[in-house]
Amino acid sequence: MNHSDNLNEIRAIIAHHKRWDLLALIAGIIALMIAVLTFIALFGNMIIDGMPRLNWEFFTSFPSRKPEMAGILSAWVGTTLVMLVTAVAAVPLGVAAGVYLEEYAPKNFITEIIEINVTNLAGVPSIIYGLLALGLFVYELGLGQSILSAGLTLALLILPIVIVATREAIRSIPVSIREGAYALGATKWQTVADHVLPYSAAGIMTGIIIGLARAIGETAPIITIGALTFIAFLPPSPLQDQFPFISFEWLMEPFTVMPIQMFNWISRPQEAFQHNAAAAGLVLVIMTLLMNGLAIYLRYRLRKNIKW
Amino acid sequence: MPTPDTHHSPKNLRHNYKRYLKERTIELLLFLAASLSVFITFAIIYLLVSESLVFFEHVSLWDFLTDTQWTPLFDDAHYGILPLVSGTAISSLVALVIALPFGTIIAIYLSEFAPFAVREIAKPFLELLGGIPTVVYGYFALLFVTPLLQTILPGLPGFSLLSAGLVMGIMIIPYVSSMTEDAMRSVPMHLREGSYAIGATRFQTAIKVVMPASLSGIAAAYILGISRAVGETMVVAIAAGMQPNLVWNPMEPAATITTYIVQVSLGDLPHGSIGYQTIFAAGLTLLLLTLVFNILGHLLRKRYREVY
Repeated sequence: MNHSDNLNEIRAIIAHHKRWDLLALIAGIIALMIAVLTFIALFGNMIIDGMPRLNWEFFTSFPSRKPEMAGILSAWVGTTLVMLVTAVAAVPLGVAAGVYLEEYAPKNFITEIIEINVTNLAGVPSIIYGLLALGLFVYELGLGQSILSAGLTLALLILPIVIVATREAIRSIPVSIREGAYALGATKWQTVADHVLPYSAAGIMTGIIIGLARAIGETAPIITIGALTFIAFLPPSPLQDQFPFISFEWLMEPFTVMPIQMFNWISRPQEAFQHNAAAAGLVLVIMTLLMNGLAIYLRYRLRKNIKW
Repeated sequence: MPTPDTHHSPKNLRHNYKRYLKERTIELLLFLAASLSVFITFAIIYLLVSESLVFFEHVSLWDFLTDTQWTPLFDDAHYGILPLVSGTAISSLVALVIALPFGTIIAIYLSEFAPFAVREIAKPFLELLGGIPTVVYGYFALLFVTPLLQTILPGLPGFSLLSAGLVMGIMIIPYVSSMTEDAMRSVPMHLREGSYAIGATRFQTAIKVVMPASLSGIAAAYILGISRAVGETMVVAIAAGMQPNLVWNPMEPAATITTYIVQVSLGDLPHGSIGYQTIFAAGLTLLLLTLVFNILGHLLRKRYREVY
């Protein structure tokens, strides 16, 4: 084999590999474009179907048997109240668990079990949490199909997300900060409460927002606890005009939430209800997009601003 | 005059003791919050197993595993889990055929090919896509994808595992791609540089160096995708109908384990009836299935872990 043959052969091999390289690049761009197109189709489809229904009455009307009269008042009020319970339950518990695992936990068997547990819980399908809530909250503890039951169910569901986010945020705080606090005579808790937690607050916040955005859209566990789908009344207001001004009656009230209302409308055969479903879906998607967007923005700012 | 020994004055000792007590109390509270996750796991297992045990007093395990009909709510009741398992398997399979290749291609593109700016935009975008509530994807499957598929496949019924699985696959792409990409990005740069130095293209480097080096992470991403597909509820509940059918053809309507739980929960089953217990037996089956995948993922991660 002479020299130029050899060279041509090498050139052919290089050209061959470069072709594959180009193909892979094109495949990647196409795959990404398909994801983008899907998003556009999903969003566009909902806008076309649902936009005409999105007016002030839609937000201030109860669900109704007449599709053009129906609205999402009880659904968004329900979602707000359920999220309130979820946040109040999941945030302190999740942050406390994260702080313990990252700052206090000794390296032993019990800690390892807790860590494996948190990882596994994150992989449990959400409907299983619904079954847990049905057996534990609704029947064993007798909380019924109430706002409290639903809020606690979703709190359990997002607990692993909050724990993991807290741990990651705390882990990124350099040891020198803690050593500085100890050197001034601070106790462990003083160090955690006055230094570690404030500095990791933005990171923890990101995790909490992502968790709540997930909880807002969860449908299956709420259906499983047997939440009613036709609610044409509001729970009693938490704020009263008489002493003691705050009432907790709403916790035990039946409720509906946005995704349940949407599911209910999807299951109706009439097309007019499906337009309502599209409108409700649009509101729901915009809510989750805003929350996730805020979380992404917070993380971006965090990455940019903090240089230890 | 001798200076008073402030350090050992009774006041200071009491102060120290109180401070110690406070520290220990806080640590105990944090520990309790962390142990809650273990309690949740035990509560899930206890509830599912105890209700299933009552169920298996009525139905033999053999019938449960071999009967080919699942009609617990009919007069002629059959309790064979196979139809639900087949529905779950088919819809998950369709989803994975979409999600795994697309997720992997996107991950390869973002990790090895994409310029910095594209990655900075694409990653949060995919994250937003993954944050859209599943009930919205269900709406998309039923009212956009199914009619679209019916123009290509005229025989497709209004509810089918195919369209549910397709949309589920699209929904899982962000999870697979972002975890796969994270795994690939964690491969140290000098391995890539070594590969480029001997003349490999980006595609060759991705396939022959980066992917083998990040195999454990990629396997974990795939397993997560599988376990999400198996546990997914709302898309299938909306787009695949809810009749339990022992089918292996994705173009048929069918129920999955999760949609059966939804279907029963939508009705009004009395607490303690056999119908009530069936959803716990179904839930236990689902939990065991996802547990198998989680353990598999754990083993794969251990087996192929590369340490740099």
